[in-house]
Amino acid sequence: MPEHTIKRFEDELTLLKEKVLSMGGLVEKAIRRAINALTEQNTKKARKVIERDKAINALEVEIDNMTRSLLALRQPAASDLRLVIATIKIVTDLERIGDLAENIAESMLQTDEHPLNHTDSLQDLADRAIAQVQDALDAFARNDVDKAMQVISADHKINRAFKSMQRENLTYMLEDPRQISAGLIASNIGKNIERIGDHAVNVAEMVIYMVRGHDIRHVDHETAAALLNGELDE
Amino acid sequence: MSTELENKITVRDLKLWYGDFEALHGINLDIYSGKITAFIGPSGCGKSTFLRTLNRMNDRIPSCRIEGTVLLGEQDIYAPEVDVVQLRTHVGMVFQKPNPFPKSIYENIAYAPRIHGLVDDGPDMDELVETALRKASIWDEVKDKLQQPGTALSGGQQQRLCIARTIAVQPDVILMDEPCSALDPIATAKIEELMDELKQDYTIVIVTHNMQQAARVSDYTAYFYLGDLIEFGETSTIFTAPNKQETEDYITGRFG
Repeated sequence: MPEHTIKRFEDELTLLKEKVLSMGGLVEKAIRRAINALTEQNTKKARKVIERDKAINALEVEIDNMTRSLLALRQPAASDLRLVIATIKIVTDLERIGDLAENIAESMLQTDEHPLNHTDSLQDLADRAIAQVQDALDAFARNDVDKAMQVISADHKINRAFKSMQRENLTYMLEDPRQISAGLIASNIGKNIERIGDHAVNVAEMVIYMVRGHDIRHVDHETAAALLNGELDE
Repeated sequence: MSTELENKITVRDLKLWYGDFEALHGINLDIYSGKITAFIGPSGCGKSTFLRTLNRMNDRIPSCRIEGTVLLGEQDIYAPEVDVVQLRTHVGMVFQKPNPFPKSIYENIAYAPRIHGLVDDGPDMDELVETALRKASIWDEVKDKLQQPGTALSGGQQQRLCIARTIAVQPDVILMDEPCSALDPIATAKIEELMDELKQDYTIVIVTHNMQQAARVSDYTAYFYLGDLIEFGETSTIFTAPNKQETEDYITGRFG
């Protein structure tokens, strides 16, 4: 795409995208650190996640300020407008992911009294969620509709992994009632990770809107694909 | 929404030359009744030239030659039997610079209906003048000074006076060629608000260099470039997700 005649506008849009990506980087790191804190029983790491969430929140505010002034001062249109709109939505999802990572870290701190003995399934679930967040941000960085679609269609795998993790967790609790407190914490953490996956899907949907102008939220997969192939009007 | 759209003007394969220079390369466009259609594009793209073909304003340019058809309703406006003066009562025009007649406010409105024999002077004419001025949202500002010269009004008022003058002969279509480019933001807002009211009774076509204005006022937008119609569609689509890369580049300011 050719550059804007107004160079400063071009720079502002580039900076906006960079800020979203660096917020995404922080969020990714927060999930990773939270889950590592859990598997390594490392309370220092968990506290760091909680501490660092402030930086994520600050970026949210900063990016919101940028989008506000872009709208007021530049009146962006077409793909520029869609970038700004997508950013407003994506930033909210990223901030929520940050909060969920913080929740995981807080849950970890409770495990002092009730250590989790079985973290493999949670680790597996978290790996999937991190990959989804990464791919969604990658799709945003590269305007990659195919990758965004992959994120959306991969979400059911996380949901399935979450269900089997819950089932396994329940078995442990049934086997040994002393595990119930720990089991409830694990269940809660699993739910948080599953929610992270949902937010990654939201990000991917906004990437598709940003690149192609189609709103594929709340439509089934076939309809979304047909829209993107230009077989359907909205 | 698209179910009840009716063409007011239908343009097919319209080509226009100034001497040897082909300024319009076969335009096909439907102008919908009761809607505001905006023409946008960089200078020299042919949008004003095209606008002027819709009431045969180009006829007066000796080197100008036109092919193709322009239907107003069912009538081909370039057919030999068409009286251009009559045509222009059906398709009125408002220009960039307000151009009231050097006459009283009252006479600015009454002149055309009188020469076209629409209404006789007297109470009927008074009523017509009032109605036209009211429709153009300027009545309250001028009702106490109808005998003062139109040229004494402010720029924005003069432009609304010109719109009232156009309305006075009960046109079907109002063409506007950059009607706000000489006006301040408040006068511009008044004209834009007025356009929104006028579209209940008239079909409006506006040429504007101000893309935000096109976005604000129009229902449909046509993007012209180098004598071609590049894209035509609902304004909300054109400004959020246009189909053509050329439109995208122009709308977002990545042009040239």
